[in-house]
Amino acid sequence: MSKYLVDKFLYSVDRDPELTERYRTEPAELVTWWEANLAGSLLNCIPAEQTTWLAFTDEERRALAAHDHVALFELGAHPFLTLTLFIALFERDHGPMEYQLAYARALDHVTQPYPDIAT
Amino acid sequence: MAEVCAVVASTHHPFYYKTSTMPEAERPPFAAEWIAKIESFRETLTAARPDVLVMVGSDHFHQLWLDNMPQFLVGKAPFFDANWHNEEREFGLPKMRLPGQEELAAHLLRDGLDRDFDLAFSNELRIDHSITCPIITLRPEADLPIVPVYTNIFAPPLPQPRRFVALGKAIREMVESWESDLRVAIIGTGHLSLELGGPRQFGPTGPDPVFDRKAVDWIASGDIEGCLAEVSLDSLHAPGNATHGFMDFMLMMGAAGEGVAADFVETVDLFHTMEAYFTWYPGGDPR
Repeated sequence: MSKYLVDKFLYSVDRDPELTERYRTEPAELVTWWEANLAGSLLNCIPAEQTTWLAFTDEERRALAAHDHVALFELGAHPFLTLTLFIALFERDHGPMEYQLAYARALDHVTQPYPDIAT
Repeated sequence: MAEVCAVVASTHHPFYYKTSTMPEAERPPFAAEWIAKIESFRETLTAARPDVLVMVGSDHFHQLWLDNMPQFLVGKAPFFDANWHNEEREFGLPKMRLPGQEELAAHLLRDGLDRDFDLAFSNELRIDHSITCPIITLRPEADLPIVPVYTNIFAPPLPQPRRFVALGKAIREMVESWESDLRVAIIGTGHLSLELGGPRQFGPTGPDPVFDRKAVDWIASGDIEGCLAEVSLDSLHAPGNATHGFMDFMLMMGAAGEGVAADFVETVDLFHTMEAYFTWYPGGDPR
């Protein structure tokens, strides 16, 4: 499991409008491209000093490529990161609060304690 | 020595700016009451005539990230740019720039380290809505120099609630030991019960109105002991998955003092959250 890397994906895609749009329109391609090109990128470091060992699990890769926020929640992705990015992706196609409420209803089966988000 | 002219604690609702600046006819039904209460709250800071603002908040994965995560951090810089792309996108928050008070920042860092708070620091900090929301509600002119203090309520492992209380108490003492004749307001924002990205988000009320009432009572009466007896890192999961932001209220209770009742208390029930506003006047109510 690489919760940290899932969070890093959500974080880095959310803060870059170009990546956000690519993730919205071509999620599977973007996830593959991101893992190959940006997963190891370390802030303030030159490319030669990128991290060498980070990789998604198959389930993480699938959940990200499928825009599956329920699976991401269950995997322990940070809920704030998932929510913020997914609002950016999908709110545009819905009425006021409609997407946010549907997002919650899709998680109605979840009981406490929620999955651990510690990285 | 500097004087703490006010201690101010509130929630930071990112949609207040949008709600209060949209044309009146388009505003939601709850806007009028909310705006009126914020304006009363703002008067409590104005009456204190502050020169400097210590601003306690929490970065929401904007500049502070999991590759290098501080627990408590003081911003020391001549200016702070503010608000981020995703806050502009989701909440309609404007870009801002706030002046910094570097002398007080240096004092808090030196004195804080000597009091065994291993404070991190930043000389180039872009601040987010946890600090700009109270600027917008309390001092929309954004003209006073600030010292941002960030806490980690977001990325576990988190410090214990008692450390938040202790840091608030220390910040109060450290400001009061700053060799300056300036008037300092200590302002901090957090949350009551809150759920983000889980099944209880965006409900008709905050996720746990019972917790919210209890929390408002603890804060309003300065009941630090009662609060610490019931609140733990584990217990804060139950009222909602983002309720650890309540620890910033606990920090402000530490700054206000054990058993010290707030001079101003106001709440607003919105869908999704209860908003709450508190002001203490350590030197007496100037109003």
